[in-house]
Amino acid sequence: MRIELTDEQAMIRDMAREFAQEHIAPIAAEIDRDARFPHETVKRMGELGLLGIMVPEAWGGSGADTVSYVVALEEIARACASHAVIMSVNNSLYCDPVWKYGTDEQRARFLKPVAGGHALGCFALTEPEAGSDARNQHTVAVRDGDDYVITGRKLFISTGREASYALVFAQTDPARAHRGISAFVVEKNTPGFSVSKTEDKLGIRASDTAELVFDACRVPAANRIGDEGKGFHIALATLDGGRIGIAAQAVGIAVGAYERSVRYARERKAFGVPIGEHQMIGWMLADMATAIDGARLITLKAATLKDAGRPYTKEASMAKLFAAETAMKVATDAVQVHGGFGFIREAEVERHFRDAKITQIYEGTSQIQKLVIAREVLK
Amino acid sequence: MKIVVAVKQVPDTATQVKISGADPKAIDTAGITWIVSPYDEFAIEEALRIKEKRGQGEVVAVSLGPDRVKEALRSALAMGCDRAIHLNDPAWANADTLATAQALAAVIKQEQPALVLCGRQAIDDDMGAVGAQLAEVLDWPCASWIMDEAVDADAKTVRVGRQVEGGLEVFDIPLPAVLSAQKGLNEPRYPTLKGIMGAKKKEIKDVKPGDLGLTPGAPQLMVKKLEALPARPPGRIIQGEVKDAVKELVRALREDAKAI
Ligand SMILES: Cc1cc2nc3c(=O)[nH]c(=O)nc-3n(C[C@H](O)[C@H](O)[C@H](O)COP(=O)(O)OP(=O)(O)OC[C@H]3O[C@@H](n4cnc5c(N)ncnc54)[C@H](O)[C@@H]3O)c2cc1C
Ligand SMILES: Cc1cc2nc3c(=O)[nH]c(=O)nc-3n(C[C@H](O)[C@H](O)[C@H](O)COP(=O)(O)OP(=O)(O)OC[C@H]3O[C@@H](n4cnc5c(N)ncnc54)[C@H](O)[C@@H]3O)c2cc1C
Repeated sequence: MRIELTDEQAMIRDMAREFAQEHIAPIAAEIDRDARFPHETVKRMGELGLLGIMVPEAWGGSGADTVSYVVALEEIARACASHAVIMSVNNSLYCDPVWKYGTDEQRARFLKPVAGGHALGCFALTEPEAGSDARNQHTVAVRDGDDYVITGRKLFISTGREASYALVFAQTDPARAHRGISAFVVEKNTPGFSVSKTEDKLGIRASDTAELVFDACRVPAANRIGDEGKGFHIALATLDGGRIGIAAQAVGIAVGAYERSVRYARERKAFGVPIGEHQMIGWMLADMATAIDGARLITLKAATLKDAGRPYTKEASMAKLFAAETAMKVATDAVQVHGGFGFIREAEVERHFRDAKITQIYEGTSQIQKLVIAREVLK
Repeated sequence: MKIVVAVKQVPDTATQVKISGADPKAIDTAGITWIVSPYDEFAIEEALRIKEKRGQGEVVAVSLGPDRVKEALRSALAMGCDRAIHLNDPAWANADTLATAQALAAVIKQEQPALVLCGRQAIDDDMGAVGAQLAEVLDWPCASWIMDEAVDADAKTVRVGRQVEGGLEVFDIPLPAVLSAQKGLNEPRYPTLKGIMGAKKKEIKDVKPGDLGLTPGAPQLMVKKLEALPARPPGRIIQGEVKDAVKELVRALREDAKAI
């Protein structure tokens, strides 16, 4: 077994690291405090090719693999989890399905600008009554000649306010339950489509989380991605890939918190020695380092399986579960290692602590990951 | 317009350099991360900007060094250089700045570029000599530590600005010429993902001394020994009333440190 990156993957990681440390890390605290969407740095990420990593060059992307995506995303998250979720949603939840299930005409219209970073995409599945139970879709899309008329509400949509394109899931045949769900690309200024609210959040505060309202929103049938009734399958398959992204985000958050802790444990003295020399602190750092390595390895395994075209549902859920739990534990302990300072904004570990929490919730809660893994192992 | 950029691979700026236990003339290379010398990145960036501004041309990266140097050349290709040449032979293992300049000059004579760019110095041994020696061997004009350049429309001359104390010294230099880049010339780009993915499809040509009609002899400059700097004496904190402490500080600076 080889666990070494190729030259290209290592160069992509190094580029993402340098860019993130030089341009993202310095603004992370400020955009978190102000809940400000980082337009300038996101634009530069697009220019570098970080927003359409796995899309072939012909469709505006970078033509790289999932492993490259994972190593780059970890570096971005290590500096700022908000940038990481913007990157993850654009790559995994928008570009991936539009590339995989879209026709060439749809790719040209809806994928190329987003994969090239000229516009952003979002993924609108969750509704007030359809979170973990994503089948319970109430948004409807009624066929009317060459159009569909969409009516409903989508909740907690990442990049929902900033995106120019939304991949929206809706019932085209409510009688068939989740087999009656279809997927549509809805463009920003379509009449009847509006953003009704941006949430005020605990973490990933620089990423906008919005409520989308569809009020008899008329969308051409040419905007339907995949066949009628295939929407739920598309959503689940997309989330498999997305979970690898969130796992990488979680690893990055953990690394950020861990590195601050190691630095602090060397510098801070209590009872006459650096606190790292107190066994209880040393052990916390040892547990952090070990869990991070484990989380990173499962994430890379899931990515490698996806790149090889092999099944990866179970591994993606394992990676998401383990990495999210690791991020939360590491960030909690990182605050602890910092003592009273850790509780203060200035130390910046409290940001990792607040950011870590979402990784246990979105794209399937930790409980839902366990359901998926259990189903797979009992198959 | 063809431009050759000379690049050197050096240890990462964060490296804690240690003298090798086995060879007191060398550093311990175990665990070192190698990078393109930062001043050379300014040179690469400027070459790419000249090409982009003119809408045509070719940028060729050249480096002398062992196998690992391919990584540095690949970075140059990922940034946007069109192809690379690797001067790679054990005969060059102990090349000093003059031997390096002679080897580079031989390649440059074959390539016949209108312009050669390099960094003002490599950040490992800080010799800062190759650019000027290269120009001397080629018998081309040279401007070192440039902060600004503008190649004229028909690529016959280049106007360069050199940073001097309190101002900019401006020259018009006929091409071909050798220029060395100072920090501030530009802000080097990051390689894009497309650039990185495309780099492996670009050519890195291996060149041996024989291909250039050279037989490298013994270098004129030989390292006899490397010595670590003596450990820095510990700092001193002057305690007591501020009034007295300041007096003691001034005395210590004047008498002990002889700094004022
Ligand atoms: C910041 C943020 C960004 C988001 N971005 C997006 C986005 O871009 N697109 C999108 O479509 N959605 C997005 N979401 C929605 C997110 O995916 C859901 O919040 C998540 O799936 C959980 O659904 P819920 O909030 O309805 O919780 P619920 O489903 O109501 O869950 C409540 C609790 O019950 C548990 N639970 C539920 N069912 C079971 C079960 N069967 N067994 C055991 N426990 C169970 C859950 O684990 C959880 O602990 C985002 C959410 C947030 C907060
Ligand atoms: C919001 C807030 C309110 C506060 N209010 C007050 C107040 O009203 N009055 C007041 O006097 N103080 C107050 N404090 C200070 C608080 O009591 C201290 O922050 C706390 O005792 C920890 O000390 P420290 O921050 O110096 O951390 P440190 O002592 O530097 O500890 C850093 C880390 O090292 C660990 N550590 C230290 N020594 C050892 C050891 N020997 N073995 C193992 N682990 C060790 C700690 O557990 C911690 O994880 C407040 C702090 C905060 C954040």
